[in-house]
Amino acid sequence: MTTTTAPAAGTVAPRHHTPVRRPSLLRLTGVELRKLVDTRAGRWLLITIGLIAAVVVTLQLIYADEADQTFGNFFVPSLLPVGVLLPVLGILSITSEWSQRTALTTYALVPRRERVVTAKLVAVMVAALGSVLASLALAAVGTLVASATGGAGTWQLDGSLILNAVILQVTGVLMGAAFGLLLLNPPLAIVGYFLLPTVWGVLGEMVRPLRGPSEWLDTSKTMEPLFSSDALSGEQWGRIVVSLLVWMVLPLAAGLFRTMRREVS
Amino acid sequence: MITVENLTKRYGPHPAVDDVSFQCEPGTVTGFLGPNGAGKSTTMRMICGLTAPTAGRATVSGHPYRELPNPGREVGVLLDASAQHAGRTGREALTLSAYTMGLDRREVAAKLDLVGLNAVAAKRRVRAYSLGMRQRLGLAHALLGDPRVLILDEPANGLDPEGIFWMRGLLRDFADRGGTVLLSSHLLREVEAVADRLVVIGGGRIVAQGDKNELLAGGGTVVRARDGAALRRALEVADLSAADSSEGLLVQADAEAVGQAAADAGVALAELRPASGGGLEQLFLTLTAGESTKESVR
Repeated sequence: MTTTTAPAAGTVAPRHHTPVRRPSLLRLTGVELRKLVDTRAGRWLLITIGLIAAVVVTLQLIYADEADQTFGNFFVPSLLPVGVLLPVLGILSITSEWSQRTALTTYALVPRRERVVTAKLVAVMVAALGSVLASLALAAVGTLVASATGGAGTWQLDGSLILNAVILQVTGVLMGAAFGLLLLNPPLAIVGYFLLPTVWGVLGEMVRPLRGPSEWLDTSKTMEPLFSSDALSGEQWGRIVVSLLVWMVLPLAAGLFRTMRREVS
Repeated sequence: MITVENLTKRYGPHPAVDDVSFQCEPGTVTGFLGPNGAGKSTTMRMICGLTAPTAGRATVSGHPYRELPNPGREVGVLLDASAQHAGRTGREALTLSAYTMGLDRREVAAKLDLVGLNAVAAKRRVRAYSLGMRQRLGLAHALLGDPRVLILDEPANGLDPEGIFWMRGLLRDFADRGGTVLLSSHLLREVEAVADRLVVIGGGRIVAQGDKNELLAGGGTVVRARDGAALRRALEVADLSAADSSEGLLVQADAEAVGQAAADAGVALAELRPASGGGLEQLFLTLTAGESTKESVR
């Protein structure tokens, strides 16, 4: 082995130090944010999310009618593909600790596991907010290019649309994280996250008695109004909340319970 | 200081760890011995709050592990050298932990240097590390927060003989400066050289514990001569009972008495030494033979 040498022992001294404080949530969140980008897999996931948003804007520039090349029309279509990948980020942030077995180190350093989970949830929410900013930035670039190439290039955008986008992306990444917490296994969580709501959606279409509940429980349906700039009605908000209770809050709670009790080995 | 009181862990009806109690004092190295699947790792995970015990409790420096505010500054833990993200570099793995513990980043370079991982190795991904390098990284990780207690599960696995020698020196030094070390192994020889105390576990139960020298003493003396028959007669004359062993004659007396008996009879000896391990070694072999096939099933 050329990379290891045996230095003289004698430099490790158990020291007495001043009472140490526990790491703050801010610090733990910083660590979790760093974990999102410090592996090749994580970096490429984030790069892919950015690239997809860029491709969507580019396609709009090429194929959309010039009158439709507005800031809002660049912004909204980029939300959907990004929103598909963000949950994967949430899933992997949670499950890679178990698949790569780093949970052994993480939870030995921070035995209060709920603090690690909280930090992870905050970190992926920050990533989701970052993705909205990236979508806005790319839409702005698209708008600038459009106004230079004869497109409409108008800057009008409803503030409510940005709020809707934030809700959409943050809940998406949290739903992914919730599935990750619940299943604690990357392939299982990814398949479960994409399959279960789809199966539910299909069932809701096919089985007539389920059609009513599906209006309230199928996130692809309940979240749809968030893509438009129209103000949402109370019932529409109600449906969003109910569907999120089932697909986000419930798995989060059950997953947290499972993570807290699970043996780390 | 590590205190383990009546720790028990059951998986279904099968007890993986059964009423285990021992103590590790500052300034000592405690060897935690047992065949594979005897419950060593489960016990260590319970000490570190990673596995919830069915009964009993463990404290480190007087506190349950989960109540330590910043455990990495108090206890260095190496439970599995392979439990690192394969896609991170060695340096990055340590940097994450240093940041979690609130340490100066210079500690990372210092500890990498200490365990002999040079700049090239530190920049490589853990995926490309040999088991020996992973153990060194794990050891650097355990030492990162300058803890007063070390808990190491099979740290010598994968280290070359030079590495094992180096690690012994490091642990001895750590204990001599007042640190507490608990290290496990399934090889008696491996910990014999460094441990002050031994705790032997088999089938989840403690079967022996105490001062190493006391446990290893009382094994008698091994003696060998070219003229085996003459030696046997000489021992009979001196009223010393001797038994055949693979290494020579095993005599239940100290080396001085055996040597004197041989000299009195004019027998030239080829070998004269205290029997190694003795009762403990025998006990350990029995345990290994009986238990090694029963890997703990979770």
